[in-house]
Amino acid sequence: MSGVTPSASSGLYSDVIRDRWRRPRHRGDLPGANAVAEDVNPLCGDRVRMMLSIAPEGRISEARFIGDSCAICTASADVVADLVSGRTRNEAAALEVGDVLAVLQAEIRPTRMRCATLPLSVLALALNGNAKR
Amino acid sequence: MRLDELTRGDFPILQRIVNGHPLVYLDSGASSQKPRSVLEAMNRYYERSHANVHRSIHTLGEEATELYEVARDAVQRFIGAPSREEVVFTRGTTDGLGLIAETIGRTLGKGDEIVVTELEHHSNLIPWQLVAKDRGAVLKAVPILADGTLDLAALDCLLSPHTRVVAFTHVSNVVGTITPVAEIVRKARAVGALTVVDGAQAAPHLRLDMSALGCDFYVLSAHKMLGPTGIGVMYGRRAVLDRFEPGRGGSEMIKEVWIDHAQWNDLPWRFEPGTPPIAEAVGLTAAIEYLEKLGMDRVAEHERALTRQTQEGLARIPGVTVYGPPAGVDRGAVVSFAVDGLHPHDVAALLDAEGIAVRAGHHCAMPLMRRLGVVGTSRATFSVFNSPDEVSLLLTTVAGLRSAL
Repeated sequence: MSGVTPSASSGLYSDVIRDRWRRPRHRGDLPGANAVAEDVNPLCGDRVRMMLSIAPEGRISEARFIGDSCAICTASADVVADLVSGRTRNEAAALEVGDVLAVLQAEIRPTRMRCATLPLSVLALALNGNAKR
Repeated sequence: MRLDELTRGDFPILQRIVNGHPLVYLDSGASSQKPRSVLEAMNRYYERSHANVHRSIHTLGEEATELYEVARDAVQRFIGAPSREEVVFTRGTTDGLGLIAETIGRTLGKGDEIVVTELEHHSNLIPWQLVAKDRGAVLKAVPILADGTLDLAALDCLLSPHTRVVAFTHVSNVVGTITPVAEIVRKARAVGALTVVDGAQAAPHLRLDMSALGCDFYVLSAHKMLGPTGIGVMYGRRAVLDRFEPGRGGSEMIKEVWIDHAQWNDLPWRFEPGTPPIAEAVGLTAAIEYLEKLGMDRVAEHERALTRQTQEGLARIPGVTVYGPPAGVDRGAVVSFAVDGLHPHDVAALLDAEGIAVRAGHHCAMPLMRRLGVVGTSRATFSVFNSPDEVSLLLTTVAGLRSAL
């Protein structure tokens, strides 16, 4: 069957989202990670796991993610991993939704906002969990 | 004349342009659209007759009461209930299932068993989890076979003299499976268990006959069958309802009240505390009359044709997986599918960009998603106003999706 390529999709998914969905830079396991957290989006069942390697002085040397997630969520997780790499724990904790959206360059609709914010809340869980240990 | 040609003009919302395209609404399984007659009936009620029911001794009160009780008669007729006393109005299917679970739950004890199925919507699972936790009862689930039908041999193994309740869906909201209600009821009754049937997806699509199904409880929502939100029905077999204390308290459900006790009202009002959804009942009457005018056999036939067209068409597209019973096996007006390499939410968003509304996600059936080995699916569902052309548009659009993201 010959298909019709949806035309308005360019407005929904920015080039950044498409690119990071097709070729995420930070996807995959991170053996030896010392701050790990996972959570789900109750609206859709998406699952994201963030893994951080944090050096003793508190700087994040590497961040990776694994996700069963949509394009927006996957791209967001990839951007979050990008943004926290090389940052201190406090700098990473200060990361906000706006920082991620600015990189994604997309107009995320309210119904999809949780897709974009899930990786950030998983990041917060990972940072808090590690702080307790 | 095809049913969609006959009905399309009756649904004002179908005039909507969505993202530059005429709306193609394939999400009636979540909530159907409403014909003008339903909207007008509710409006007319609010403009002319609104008052509280049953205790208002004035003209409007009488009119409202009359309209509310006429709705009960309409439901009785529509679902083939033996008597009107067995028709209880609720706020919807979830509310009805919760009411039943609470009501039966009070009679359960440690070691009693509740049987559900892997097909269940969370609304027919969570209330039973709560009850099981509260009463020390055990919750068990009938597994499904690879084709999305229930493993009835496994049901036989799960049933025992400890089984007090068997709660299951009539039509799966995800894979469309139609369960053999009468057969399951027979098996459950043989061990003395009560049967509770979730009819949310069946009521808009199949001709219902409570006497033939034989179940103890059957619940449905008006908003999935062309009626308004906020009202549903709990059918309960009279012999069973008589046995139970009311699940919830308030006014309307009592005859006489003292500080420390009360005498319950007659059926069905015994199970209807508080001011009921009156305008919604009026809307439900109009929805039932609309469906009856079309004829439920004709409705089922129309939706069956659209479902088959979708199922077969999607299966021909490379990289598309269709879930549930194979073509040839009757199913509800539901087709769940997956597009290789695309997340269901992205599928729905890309289709929405073309004006096509489908549902995506876990469809409030996470255990079933786990069983299918997916996070979610995309789902097209059909109603009387949907056309073969709309299905064709869905198919060509889905075929182009993989190059869209």
